[in-house]
Formats: sequence, C-alpha cells, structure tokens
Amino acid sequence: MISLANPTRFLGLVGRIVPWLTAATLILLGIGLYLSLFVAPPDYQQGETVKIMFIHVPSAWLAMFGYMLIAASALGTLIWRHPLADVSAKTAAPIGATFTFIALVTGSLWGKPMWGTYWVWDARLTSVLVLFLLYLGLIALWNAIEEPGRAGRAAAILALVGAVNVPIIHYSVVWWNTLHQPASVFKLGGPAIDPALFTPLLVMAIAFTLLFVLLHLIAMRAEILRRRVQALQRMRVEQAAFAEA
Amino acid sequence: MPDLGQHAAFIIAAYAATFVAIAALAFFIVEDDRKQHRLLAELEARGIRRRSARGLSEARTKSARKPARKRT
Repeated sequence: MISLANPTRFLGLVGRIVPWLTAATLILLGIGLYLSLFVAPPDYQQGETVKIMFIHVPSAWLAMFGYMLIAASALGTLIWRHPLADVSAKTAAPIGATFTFIALVTGSLWGKPMWGTYWVWDARLTSVLVLFLLYLGLIALWNAIEEPGRAGRAAAILALVGAVNVPIIHYSVVWWNTLHQPASVFKLGGPAIDPALFTPLLVMAIAFTLLFVLLHLIAMRAEILRRRVQALQRMRVEQAAFAEA
Repeated sequence: MPDLGQHAAFIIAAYAATFVAIAALAFFIVEDDRKQHRLLAELEARGIRRRSARGLSEARTKSARKPARKRT
C-alpha cells in the first residue's frame, strides 16, 4: 500500500496489469455465461428462472463488496492520509452503484414470476435500495465539492456512516421475516446449493469480481490523470497571467 | 438458444439489462480514461509538463548531449 502511494508507480503497475486482467475477465465471463445458460440444469421449484441467480447474486455480492471497499478507502483517507485512498473511493462509487442497480433490477425480474410481484418492502430489498441511494449520495457529494481533498474527506465520513447498512443487508434475512430467501451460500455448514448450480454461480462471481477490479483500476488511472491535467491547466493559466503582467 | 421455459421473457430481460448496464459503465470508464490520456498528451506537446516530468526530461537531454568518453 505504501509503495503504491506514489501515483506514477501505481500508473505503471495498472498499465502492466490491465491487459492480463481484461483477458482473464473476458475468458471467465465467457465460461460463466456458457455454464449459466447452457449447462446449469433447471431448479426443481424455480425452473429455468434460476438462471437469473447467476447474474443477480454476484451483482448483489459486488454491491456490498464495493461499499466495503469505499469504507476501507475512507479509513485510508481519514486516518492514514493515503494519497490514492480518495481516488479509490471516488471511482468505486459509480461501479458499485451499477452493480447495485443490476441486483435490484434482476431481483425484480426474478421476483415477478416467483413471488408474483416486482417489489415488496421487506428488509432485504429495502436495505439494498438504501445502499443504492447511499451510492448516489456519495457520487452527488463528490460532484458538489470542487476541491478534491475536501470532497474526499466529506465523502469518507458519509461512507463510514453508511457502512452500517452492509451488515444489515447481510443479516436482514435472519433478523426479520422476509420474502427474500435466507442465505444459501455463506452459512454455517457450507453452501446449501447443488454443485450443478453452485459451479456456474462461483465462476460468474469470480468473473464479475475481476470485472469490478478491472474497471476500478482503469477508473483510478483516469482520475489520477484528470487531476494532473487540471493541475497543468492551472499552471498554464498562471504562466499566461504572469507573462501578461 | 437454450430452452428458457415459460418465463423466458424475464430471464432475457434480466440478462439484457445486465449487459446494457455493464456495457454502458465500461464504455464511460474507458472513454474517460482515453480522454484524460489525450488531454495530458496535448498539454505535454505544448511544453506544459509537471515539475517531476520536466526534471526527468532535462536529465535525459543532458546525458544525450554529453560527449562519449574516450577509453585509453
């Protein structure tokens, strides 16, 4: 982490990693989609709609993972003043928001044939909607404050306050009576899913995670370059003003 | 095309929505990355560089100008 505090070194590392990560992501996505659509058998209760699980569940996991990444970055900003911590937080927010949106939409499309409704205000769905609103709030806060340092600190505080929502999402199906089913993968005693369904789910989860990391690294690179461009443009204006004087 | 059963429309809609969302996200991120690279290259082409980049560039120019030492 300390060696990566140098943005130039970080940019060099990203440049070397991105091609390999892109290839790995595309290969795993291809394998995952093939397993999900052509190999995975229908569920005895849900039939073929179980195929929505292979995109809904990884998206939901990444929605929570993204927010915990932002919360960890917020600690990096406030406690350790790591130079890339606020870059990480700012760039992770739109990506996390997108995966949360996918989880909500695919969940609704799965809920209509299974539950008979697109939406219900149960604990799981409501807490994930709150997560999506938190993401939007973070993005809005970043855009509202011009100076990146101040924006980073304000967003870090909001991110840490909102982090309490993540364990609420996870345990919502335990603490309250919910229409959403309880945990089937991360539970004591191991996963309660048949391997024929668990394997495509695992492959898609890894593929989506690699995709998240890939997009996050590219977005961080763009943000670092954006700040350099803005600094150089300010320098050019100052030089022009000095020359005129 | 696999047989998606009686609820095929919901399955297709879910995968289509996922594809569109991820494609849009990837497009905006990659496009922003390319734009920042382009803007930085334009500024550097005009001679506007960061102090550290200027120092590195000057050091390279000085070492290129130094005559090669003759070994005796």
